[in-house]
Amino acid sequence: MTRRYTPKVVTANRLLAGDAVWLTEDDTWSTDMAEAELIEDEAHAQMRLLHAQSRPHEVVGAYLTDAAPGHDGPRPVHFREEFRTRGPSNRFHGKQAEG
Amino acid sequence: MYAYTDFDEAFVRRRVAQFRGQVARRIDGSLTEDEFKPLRLMNGLYLQLHAYMLRVAIPYGTVSSRQMRQLAMIARRWDKGYGHFTTRQNIQFNWPQLTDVPDILDALADVGMHCIQTSGNTIRNVTADHFAGAAADEIADPRPVAELLRQWSTDHPEFQFLPRKFKIAITGSPTDRAVTRAHDIGLRMIVQNGQPGFEVIVGGGLGRTPMIGKVIRDFLPREDLLPYVEAILGVYNLLGRRDNKFKARIKIAVHEHGIEEITRLVEDRFAAIRPEFTGVDQQILAAIEAQFALPDLRHGPVGAHDRAYAADPVYRSWADTNLTPHRDPEHAIVSVSLKAPGATPGDASAEQMEVLADLAERHGHSELRISHEQNVILPHVHKGDLPAVHAALKAAGLATANIGLASDIIACPGMDYCALATARSIPVAQSIALRLEALKIEHEVGALKIKISGCINACGHHHVGHIGILGLDRAGVETYQITLGGDGTETMALGDRTGPGFAYDEVVPAVERLILAYLELRRTRDETFLDVYRRLGMAPFKAAIYQTERADAA
Ligand code: SF4
Repeated sequence: MTRRYTPKVVTANRLLAGDAVWLTEDDTWSTDMAEAELIEDEAHAQMRLLHAQSRPHEVVGAYLTDAAPGHDGPRPVHFREEFRTRGPSNRFHGKQAEG
Repeated sequence: MYAYTDFDEAFVRRRVAQFRGQVARRIDGSLTEDEFKPLRLMNGLYLQLHAYMLRVAIPYGTVSSRQMRQLAMIARRWDKGYGHFTTRQNIQFNWPQLTDVPDILDALADVGMHCIQTSGNTIRNVTADHFAGAAADEIADPRPVAELLRQWSTDHPEFQFLPRKFKIAITGSPTDRAVTRAHDIGLRMIVQNGQPGFEVIVGGGLGRTPMIGKVIRDFLPREDLLPYVEAILGVYNLLGRRDNKFKARIKIAVHEHGIEEITRLVEDRFAAIRPEFTGVDQQILAAIEAQFALPDLRHGPVGAHDRAYAADPVYRSWADTNLTPHRDPEHAIVSVSLKAPGATPGDASAEQMEVLADLAERHGHSELRISHEQNVILPHVHKGDLPAVHAALKAAGLATANIGLASDIIACPGMDYCALATARSIPVAQSIALRLEALKIEHEVGALKIKISGCINACGHHHVGHIGILGLDRAGVETYQITLGGDGTETMALGDRTGPGFAYDEVVPAVERLILAYLELRRTRDETFLDVYRRLGMAPFKAAIYQTERADAA
């Protein structure tokens, strides 16, 4: 039996602002993870990562990270990724403040 | 204070202009990120979880009122109105935009500051006792030597690509407030037979493999310092492992080759290069020393302090915890706590920085210091001015009377900012401080150092906390390991693990149990947490933290 592939999203930080963004299906970078493309196939994931890495003028450090399907779109699995969708916990800055 | 020479000024400006060009070329696509990254790191620019972070060097923690005001201006204009003081005596801005960084660097250069060698495998910002030049217990001000080392190490061609980063700390006092035994090189000023010199310690460090530094030379004459340090660096540069990042620090070289072998190699190298040092360094040092002369201290009545001390319990409590004896009995060293309960350790708002700059200007010869414990120091305040200083601090939310107490917590940025983190540290510190405030016991508890790191890199010095807390990622869950009995002073010790870790919401109750157990165990009020741990060892604390006593009795 083959192991089920854990769904992924492609994420990175924007070159100019340094904030976290996610790759959407239509090749834009969204600051809202829920708008990201949820990738459920490993080969496709590699293709999408390569695509992201070919856009160094927009983002830095693109990588694949686990995600789960949610009501409104993909949501983070690991707490680190959850923090990236929100911002720091000691100050109301970052995404949580941008609404 | 040290003032830039024309050479320093031109050098820093050239670096800013260079970096401006590099940023432009990164944005227009002529530089890849792989090419740009080492360049931005050379200028202190990191990419963190939510934004870029700019780390500004505050050499040996000394900063002037004018510089502090400029930091406030930068925080307001290009960041989110605050800065974060670190355990390396630096300041970090957490939200700069890439395109603004060259302008920030120019604004720093306007006041003789920069970000050079705050990153990379170079000799980093030299740190020093934050009471340097003021403390009553000091042999000599260590900062001229720190400045000499800074000038020597900045852009030193031989040491730009070391196996790993390299940190030097120096203290001029027998009371070690600079954690010298946890640095690649630690220097302690000593006097032997009337001769000033140094005890040289090598191979200390925290991080993944914590090691207490070993004495490589128990007495080094003052004028031999530069060639000796250069000899250590030269030996390390050849011997340090470049095959494995985790084994690349000098502490591993000392561990693998043994201190005897390292000493032999260093002494050989020292003998070979010593003749090349013809005394120019000593002339430069003499010129630097003149710039660190004690300011013209005023003399006058100190009655205002005595009266406030007798009449106002809030003032008294602050004076008891936050003042340290100055070498001049009419003066005091004021430690300003950046640890109000619930605040982020080390954070200061632009307004607070300005209040501190003003206070230093009015009452403290325009001098400020940043401590590795993430507080700000006014090193030379006349006792007659202390009540006025206290009142101004209070108005700015800066009069928390907790220096050296349990809520004076060191915490690294952790996973709220740092890309390397495995767990958060700031909210743990905030919650512990708030809990202590609710219990109203920290003055009863007395001296207790809690130190928190958000990963094994140990920027929060957890190994040397009386209570150390290390945040880890255990199977996708924030988990905290607690260590006891660490000590970062001249009696340095590494903490021992209590046992299994604690979940995020279990940490504060666990720390509370430790503190309550200590109150039960101590014989007198004078016996500190660390004393009790040294007397009784882990067992009673372990029973308290895991609540096994009750389980055993049941
Ligand atoms: S200890 Fe780890 S988490 Fe904390 S600042 Fe250092 S690298 Fe980041």
